[in-house]
Amino acid sequence: MLADSDRIFTNLYGEHDWRLAGARKRGDWDGTKEIMAKGQDWIIDEMKQSGLRGRGGAGFPTGMKWSFMPKKSDGRPSFLVVNADEGEPGTCKDRDMLRHDPHKLIEGCLLAGFAMRCQAAYIYIRGELIREAETLQASIDEAYGANLIGKNACGSGFDFDVYIHRGAGAYICGEEMALIESLEGKPGKPRLKPPFPAGAGVWGCPTTVNNVETIAVAPAILRRGAKWFASFGRPNNSGTKVFCISGHVNAPCNVEEAMSIPLRELIDKHAGGVRGGWDNLLAVIPGGSSTPLIPKSVCDTVLMDFDALRDVKSGLGTAAVIVMDKSTDLIRAIGRLAKFYMHESCGQCTPCREGTGWLWRVMERMAKGDARVEEIDMLLDVANEIDGHTICALGDAAAWPIQGLIRHFRPMMEDRIRTARLKPLPTAAE
Amino acid sequence: MSAPAPAPFAFTPANVEKANAIVAKYPKGKQQSALLPLLDLAQRQNDGWLPRAAMDHVAAFLCLAPIRVYEVATFYTMYNLRPIGRHHVQVCTTTPCWLRGSDQVLDACKKRLGVDAGETTKDGKFTLSEVECLAACVNAPVAWVGDDFYEDLDAGSMTRLLDDLAAGKQPRPGPQVKRQTSAPATGPTTLKAGS
Repeated sequence: MLADSDRIFTNLYGEHDWRLAGARKRGDWDGTKEIMAKGQDWIIDEMKQSGLRGRGGAGFPTGMKWSFMPKKSDGRPSFLVVNADEGEPGTCKDRDMLRHDPHKLIEGCLLAGFAMRCQAAYIYIRGELIREAETLQASIDEAYGANLIGKNACGSGFDFDVYIHRGAGAYICGEEMALIESLEGKPGKPRLKPPFPAGAGVWGCPTTVNNVETIAVAPAILRRGAKWFASFGRPNNSGTKVFCISGHVNAPCNVEEAMSIPLRELIDKHAGGVRGGWDNLLAVIPGGSSTPLIPKSVCDTVLMDFDALRDVKSGLGTAAVIVMDKSTDLIRAIGRLAKFYMHESCGQCTPCREGTGWLWRVMERMAKGDARVEEIDMLLDVANEIDGHTICALGDAAAWPIQGLIRHFRPMMEDRIRTARLKPLPTAAE
Repeated sequence: MSAPAPAPFAFTPANVEKANAIVAKYPKGKQQSALLPLLDLAQRQNDGWLPRAAMDHVAAFLCLAPIRVYEVATFYTMYNLRPIGRHHVQVCTTTPCWLRGSDQVLDACKKRLGVDAGETTKDGKFTLSEVECLAACVNAPVAWVGDDFYEDLDAGSMTRLLDDLAAGKQPRPGPQVKRQTSAPATGPTTLKAGS
């Protein structure tokens, strides 16, 4: 198990003071100026060496992403945008960082913004997280007051502003191009790429969008060294990670652990085990609602990292583990996710706008067994037709849970249909 | 007889100041970026909903064509385009909450308030809504009322919560069971020595 001394988020549960004085006691803002004095290239190289991969779901190498930003301005300013639009079902880690460790994020904004020569950071926080936005704003105000950000931030000679931008209730704005549109005051409809944000992002300026956790762990990496961070987890999957364990466990919780921890160990050690014991496990959605579920036989041995979960045709995503025991009606559980994606589709692309609703309606029928067995193939076919055929990944995200269900539980779905058909038809009165 | 004139809307002087501070966060000429927060400000000033007059006022304030405001106000779920109860009770029913009994929590609301999801009580005190994931899944089931989340709910605690709100009391937000935020209810397995 990861030692407490190696945990980054030492106030994950909010037992201590989140304000500047408390944050400083936990090591935040310690020697920030000295880190900046090592220069932009050193910071980006250290981030590359650390092996940190983006914590928002896609897992793109962070140091490489930062290196895409222009080193010389063509007259346009550059911006850092922090994606705090947390809303992937199962995921609630950024919320804890925003409300309990806000200074880690603000210091991370400064260091990332400095490394990418940005003028300012905009933290896009989902609209529902009202209290978290208040806490974060109070922390930003404290940081300005202590001259940690603003003009001559930390005495480094670098000017840098940090602003909050609140969303208004749209899951799609967690997609980086939709988020940029929303930050510009428009409906959150994803833009086609290219141009990529590093070329033309918010207000047509070079932009990097990073998840809260990605930015919040950067100061610890730069302070303790890339080697320290890379010493956790398997190669290409390094670091520590905040996992969210929800659903049918005895003690749902958030916890920071080393990457590549076995799923079973994660659940047994921190979440009190599966309700009714490990043998009562049916399936797990390992990385937030978009990642295909894995059955117990896979859960027995799988490791929680990008590559291990990819190899079992799922994904680490946001590391939000949704546990389902044998009492779960899986068709309803996945059908409810289909309804979620239908509700959250922005409506731009036909396959997603029409397909997500179709998937949900068919899943509703299948849950009752009111379907034909051949319709399972049709369901899979429609899911496959959405997957990869839309501007953004919401279409893929809607397709994957259903593809995963059919991959692992087709016999159960067939049984449901056959059993419903065996029920005697009501006979007409004589 | 002519129809009654729609109620006019204008930001209060205090809100004009707040709105100007929000606009100043964005680069010059990019004032459209302030649209989302300004609609929220207008909604808060207007008992939780946005009449057309408020949208038009925000459009004029930001020098935008009204359609730019309407398309945003209709896209995002947090803007209410018709009057809303004094307490907007929003129960999450997405899979992580559903797995832990959000059906029972929603049913408890329907029973206590005598309305269905999407409806407002006759006295205008409560509007009940079913919402998508609120990002507090390890504290499921969750309901969002006013500016706070109420977590680790069941039918009993949800009913007590509504009783308190009806009686004009402010219930304590966060977990409704003995528990420190997102730590395991059985006690933390990490960070036990303090920071």
